Amino acid sequence: MAEQSALVTGASRGIGAAIARALARDGWAVGVNYRSDSEAAERVVSEIVEGGGRATALAADVTDPAAPDELFGAMESEYGGPVLALVNNAGVSRDDLVPTLGDEEWSAVIETDLNAAFRMTRRALVPMMRARHGRIVNVSSVVGLRANPGQSNYAAAKAGLIALTKTAAVEVARRGVTINAVAPGWIDTDMTAEVSEERLVAVPARRAGTPEEVAACVRFLISDEASYVTGAVLSVDGGLAA
Amino acid sequence: MPAVTTEQVEVRVIETLASFGPDPEQITRDATFEELDIDSLDLVELAQIVEDEYGVVLKGEDMKELKTVGDAIDLIVSKAEA
Repeated sequence: MAEQSALVTGASRGIGAAIARALARDGWAVGVNYRSDSEAAERVVSEIVEGGGRATALAADVTDPAAPDELFGAMESEYGGPVLALVNNAGVSRDDLVPTLGDEEWSAVIETDLNAAFRMTRRALVPMMRARHGRIVNVSSVVGLRANPGQSNYAAAKAGLIALTKTAAVEVARRGVTINAVAPGWIDTDMTAEVSEERLVAVPARRAGTPEEVAACVRFLISDEASYVTGAVLSVDGGLAA
Repeated sequence: MPAVTTEQVEVRVIETLASFGPDPEQITRDATFEELDIDSLDLVELAQIVEDEYGVVLKGEDMKELKTVGDAIDLIVSKAEA
């Protein structure tokens, strides 16, 4: 009997780790993808297993074009069936103002945050279509919706991810596969650790969000309850984009 | 890879197309995909099944040329023999 399995990229820490834990609580066997921090990924796996769930740590740099086949192949053999939920969470930022932003900084962010998500989505879709069930959630960002100086590369990637989400969603909707995005605002993670606390005044909720608050939204979009939600962007930002 | 017969491919193609919605009785060799309301997404899925089962890789450009069910069957059989 195949287990329902979910693959979360960039899941060794932050939002990705919270999503992996939340999906495991819903009964998903979870692939915890990570690039370099195997200790952190193993900690996430241990927590899930100790809680009675199933999880596997999977090393791969999602920007490697071979990564989708490696990751999905590993999941399919481990859990005996197609991956029915994919969360494209892996992301990097390389902030700079446009006049001085380098080609390398531009490309690295587009490659990880957009191109890799496309390749993972492409690999995921046919087995989901054939199963007549599937869930993909792309972790976009409030900056894909609303300008934030210094993040043109990140914004372009995250806005692109929203366009990919909507287009792919309508292509496969009649196969029972939904594709949605979440757009987190300021969330307390390593990525935002260096951002000045003064920026919080711009957030209507006057506080940063937690990875668990983002994970709860992803968990909903992946649940059976969200079966008629597709091509949507769910802001999780304390009102920042409103 | 065992040799595949046209009859085997025909049965599998018709069975697959039927799973996309059209009435199986309407799926004849001469029926067009347009009449059957089979679109490009359905053909992507058909191509994947054919690849898994017969080791035949159908590219997007191959699929665009297909008008009828018979065209698809003939293309798969000819590629499987090649």
